[in-house]
Amino acid sequence: MISRTPGAVRHAEPVGGGGDQAADRPRRITAPVTPGDLVFRGVLRAAGLSVFLIMGLIAFFLLLRGLQALHATGWSFFTQEKWLTQSHVFGIAAVLPDGVIIAMVALVIAVPVALTTAVYVSEYAPERIRSALVSLVDLMAAIPSIVYGLWGLFFLQPRIVGFVRWTTMHLGHWIPFLKVRSGDIGASYTSSPFIVGTVVSLMIIPIVTSLSREVFSQAPQGEREGAYALGSTRWGMVRSVVLPFGRGGVVGAVMLGFGRAMGETIAVALIISPKFTVTTHILENGANSISSLIALHFGESDPLSLSALMAAGLVLFGLTLVVNMLAAVVIGRSRSGAATAD
Amino acid sequence: MTDNPGVDTPAQQPVPVGVGYRANAGGPDSDAVETLALPVAAGPSPAARPALRSELREPDAPAQLFGLRTRDVSAWFGDHKVLERVSLTMPAGQVTALIGPSGCGKSTYLRILNRMHEMVRSACLAGAVLLDGEDVYAPGRRPADVRRRIGMVFQRPNPFPGMSIYDNVASGLKLAGIKVRKDQRDHLVESSLVSAGLWTEVRNRLRTPGGALSGGQQQRLCIARSLAVSPDVLLMDEPCSALDPTSTRRVEETIAELRGRLTIVIVTHNMQQAQRVSQSCAFFLATHDTPGRIVEAGDTAQLFGNPVDPRTADYVNGRFG
Ligand SMILES: Nc1ncnc2c1ncn2[C@@H]1O[C@H](COP(=O)(O)OP(=O)(O)OP(=O)(O)O)[C@@H](O)[C@H]1O
Ligand SMILES: [Mg+2]
Repeated sequence: MISRTPGAVRHAEPVGGGGDQAADRPRRITAPVTPGDLVFRGVLRAAGLSVFLIMGLIAFFLLLRGLQALHATGWSFFTQEKWLTQSHVFGIAAVLPDGVIIAMVALVIAVPVALTTAVYVSEYAPERIRSALVSLVDLMAAIPSIVYGLWGLFFLQPRIVGFVRWTTMHLGHWIPFLKVRSGDIGASYTSSPFIVGTVVSLMIIPIVTSLSREVFSQAPQGEREGAYALGSTRWGMVRSVVLPFGRGGVVGAVMLGFGRAMGETIAVALIISPKFTVTTHILENGANSISSLIALHFGESDPLSLSALMAAGLVLFGLTLVVNMLAAVVIGRSRSGAATAD
Repeated sequence: MTDNPGVDTPAQQPVPVGVGYRANAGGPDSDAVETLALPVAAGPSPAARPALRSELREPDAPAQLFGLRTRDVSAWFGDHKVLERVSLTMPAGQVTALIGPSGCGKSTYLRILNRMHEMVRSACLAGAVLLDGEDVYAPGRRPADVRRRIGMVFQRPNPFPGMSIYDNVASGLKLAGIKVRKDQRDHLVESSLVSAGLWTEVRNRLRTPGGALSGGQQQRLCIARSLAVSPDVLLMDEPCSALDPTSTRRVEETIAELRGRLTIVIVTHNMQQAQRVSQSCAFFLATHDTPGRIVEAGDTAQLFGNPVDPRTADYVNGRFG
């Protein structure tokens, strides 16, 4: 029986059955919800909202703890390059851009590797290699960052210095930021933003790879076959269907990778030799970032210095949040765009 | 290949190309073989014509016509045989309709014709598909070259995402690696769109995304895209099933205008459509345990008006069950 519940009876009446008098206004439509649904929805909603709550609490905590230092420094917190715990001089004008530079280096290395891997895995790799590669990339994401840091410090750095020397010798003349000043000192080539960025790139390759792979493999079969039916090679099909389809997702993935790179702490803290001037030469000794600043300084800090570190953390939090939200918007837009293309 | 039941059967081995069939069509007497009744514009001399064309023909230029023929084509998906010994001639310059109930292998057969079938992992086939008398599955023949000569329009319109209308039409040239001058390309895009019956509707917005067109317009865009690489054969798999009656009418008009300029094979579930657009027709049928076969094939008017096989009569009159 359909007309068991009162709601159904109401719906079954002819709309506007009251004749001319019936109001031509949108009517209220109700759908009875089962208790099970209600409970389930409540649980899910609570879980979802708790994410907002946690994020809000973190931001609130950082703001609360950082306000003291921000009061003390004023706007110079954003213009001061130095960070002197003893004399209470705090500023992120050097560490913030330096962190961005490290993240950029990481992206420049990671993105080509990740995208080519993603295209290979989703379009070219035979089934067995594909699943092996997918789990290897996932495994890469599971390695603790301290391991990457140690590997970078003890394995990569001594071996990559030769390449750095070669690069600066041959390109340093023409490309100023590849120059190494006081290049006769061996230590000038180590602990550079380039080496740190290389290590960080390994940590963001997995996320960029797996997100891009996913959007690539979602490229619709119909369009793929359309390309093949025109006499396309596989690469032509990838270029005309898979890459345009995945463009938005790739941009989002790269931005997420950027966020990850900005937040990376331990590996960076292990390798860098901290300095407080904005980097102009990426192959040269000395680098910094907000997260490694916090990691290296919070142990020795008095209350005001600690507050300054919290304020720096708040800036990083805000930046990462903005980048990730932009990424989410870009990814979301590409998804809905893909849906309308269907 | 031990898991391939068909290829090992000697009788189903592809016969060497050209045996019992004209390998070199063209010239005065070949029309008698390839095209049944249609008057055909005489093409260039056959000797000058390479087996795999690389030059472009304008869609509205007098074309040499090429017929398509299959000989004992069988097809499998894994162990499941879906087509058995389908032999059919699709006359040059005519429209051939493939009809039959759902699941009888029409799409599979169509995709065999331009080597799309082999893209399914478990798929295999036996027999030969002869375009202009040459086996498209001959060793050394590249699938991409075959597909350029035998274009395909799909059931669901599939213009390239994020490409403008213009780029969509020109995409085939790029994908096939054909270099043309800018003005040539403009001309080709225009004439392809004209042939597909879309030009007047989009002439003022060639740079807008192809995905922004209506479904019917998208389908004609896909037809224009296929025509731009000047194929010899155009395969259409239920091209109107996602379209409204008006768009369907436009596509049918397009097909009617293309008739005589290239060979068309169309799959349709619409009996009226088959009668309206096609000159010859083939009725496919599969049952529970037998793979798809051609029950009857021939002149469309004959097949619909005076079918030989009672099953055909039942099907075309809607008494099938
Ligand atoms: N990719 C595939 N893998 C396995 N089996 C398939 C595949 N595609 C088709 N088949 C099978 O092959 C048979 C013929 O399918 P086909 O799509 O050619 O039928 P059709 O005549 O085009 O049907 P319709 O009119 O519904 O489009 C069906 O039994 C189907 O289940
Ligand atoms: Mg089909």
